[in-house]
Amino acid sequence: MKIVVCIKQVPDTKGGVKFNPDGTLDRAAMLTIMNPDDKAGLEAALRLKDQYGAEVTVVTMGLPKAEEVLREAMAMGADKGILVTDRVLGGADTWATSQTIAGAIRNLEYDLIITGRQAIDGDTAQVGPQISEHLGIPVISYAQNIKIEGDSVIVERQYDDRYHVLKAQMPCLITALAELNEPRYMTPGGIFDAYDAEITVWGRADLKDVDDSNLGLKGSPTQIAKASDKVRKGAGEKVALDPTEAVDYIVGKLKDKHVI
Amino acid sequence: MNIQDYKGVFVYAQQVDNVISGIALELIGKGKDLAKDLGTEVTAVLIGSDVKALADELAEYGADKVIVVDDPELKEYRTEPYTHALASVINEFKPEIVLVGATAIGRDLGPRVSARIHTGLTADCTQLEIGDFPINPIPGKEQLHNQLLMTRPAFGGNTIATIACPAFRPQMATVRPGVMQKAPKEAGKKAVVVEYNPGFTPDNKYVEILEVVKAVSDVADIMDAKILVSGGRGVGCAENFKILEDLAEVLGGTVSCSRAVVDAGWKSKDLQVGQTGKTVRPNVYFAIGISGAIQHVAGMEEADIIIAINKDETAPIFEVADYGIVGDLNKIVPALTESLKAEMAAK
Repeated sequence: MKIVVCIKQVPDTKGGVKFNPDGTLDRAAMLTIMNPDDKAGLEAALRLKDQYGAEVTVVTMGLPKAEEVLREAMAMGADKGILVTDRVLGGADTWATSQTIAGAIRNLEYDLIITGRQAIDGDTAQVGPQISEHLGIPVISYAQNIKIEGDSVIVERQYDDRYHVLKAQMPCLITALAELNEPRYMTPGGIFDAYDAEITVWGRADLKDVDDSNLGLKGSPTQIAKASDKVRKGAGEKVALDPTEAVDYIVGKLKDKHVI
Repeated sequence: MNIQDYKGVFVYAQQVDNVISGIALELIGKGKDLAKDLGTEVTAVLIGSDVKALADELAEYGADKVIVVDDPELKEYRTEPYTHALASVINEFKPEIVLVGATAIGRDLGPRVSARIHTGLTADCTQLEIGDFPINPIPGKEQLHNQLLMTRPAFGGNTIATIACPAFRPQMATVRPGVMQKAPKEAGKKAVVVEYNPGFTPDNKYVEILEVVKAVSDVADIMDAKILVSGGRGVGCAENFKILEDLAEVLGGTVSCSRAVVDAGWKSKDLQVGQTGKTVRPNVYFAIGISGAIQHVAGMEEADIIIAINKDETAPIFEVADYGIVGDLNKIVPALTESLKAEMAAK
């Protein structure tokens, strides 16, 4: 079985969000990580590899620096890493991004494609389903359990108040939730090997069956009209009181506001 | 693509088990505002099996027209037949705007539809308006009017961006539930109902539903609650949520929680508030033992009154709380419940 896992390098929001003096996000000062949902997708692929035997190829699109997440993935157990990087691909929205990644994946053999549900920087959850549409294969998003049965995949797909147990014919694309599993650590041997491993680098010319009009900023239907930092309503009162006073304080406020 | 051919505001009227979802009515409410600004109508697209009878409810909440796609293949939500249904409606009727709820269903359906019809999709919008693009005139660039300007938080709520889709139609957005207001119900109001069936032929993209497992849950939807008593990691353990439940009961409220609580297995995911949970806007939001990570705040900051109780005076939750109490929740919460019981009894 051949599995392709799409991963993204994102700024780490957990280590604290850093701002420039002018109030914009200081991306350079923030550490980068493998996007959590993608890491869960990779772990799911590695478990299928452990259980059924599979070749796992990780694909990322980004700046040359994004090679780091490919090496991390390989240190966890992925077999091959492909970096798609080219200046003409920059500024892509989800349409152009999914066209780019689909163009890369058309060069590969695959039974299963796994992506994270969404990246923590954009939070759109669009790229996975859009890749599947461009490739003409079924998508199962929000996967919470993945099993292989013959040439089909059986997945629990989570909704608000229920889950569906779905059976799809492979090839198929699955989007994974960070809650899906606890990703394994890199092994020392794996880190050593990954450091030396060869990463395949593809540019625009390597993408298959994609028109220029669908790539990069120019190929993006959506455009940013305005971006700004969120204006929050700001802090109200903050008081340190002993429990009895605290209760009187809260009850007083609830009365003032006619809640009680 | 001739952009002038695309007219009208369409909303995807999500139904589950043949019950209209709240988000459908919220989208009609917002769609009416946008349609008014554009001098056009709002059309609800109702997709399912035996759903035609639901059209009246959509009309009572403001839909001028309802397009019904009714087919046995559409009984339970599945990506492919629903994508085919909505994409076919768009290709046939050519709306200029399509709004879809940013629900678990809508966030699956929206991307697939936008990719099929080749247009842009802006995810998880919290604000929609009609305006100019570019917003301010730029020399040498034509300023387009009557564009849908879609505003959304990104980066876990740290930044907000306003997005336009100037060269493609329809302009598509998914909209976060609980943010837009539904219009007042007008009992007996009727809409023009149009039935449309593009035909459904199962192919490799149709997945098979082996089983539908509904979570046994008797809890109220936290998005409908007027008062939410929300607990975080600071509550300490699953059993200790009892003191929050007692407080919620005396106020007629509902208990919700932060992501840390779901990750710890203390509460189920349907009670989670925040970026990866639900967006809520109750009258009163108690944040108890919640530190206030940006992802949590993104889901609750629109509450009218935020009351935070936390022993850590540096907790970021105090930056959004109207009333912040630095103190021990284990002492304050039970005492507050008793005090409120006495207040209620005295009335």
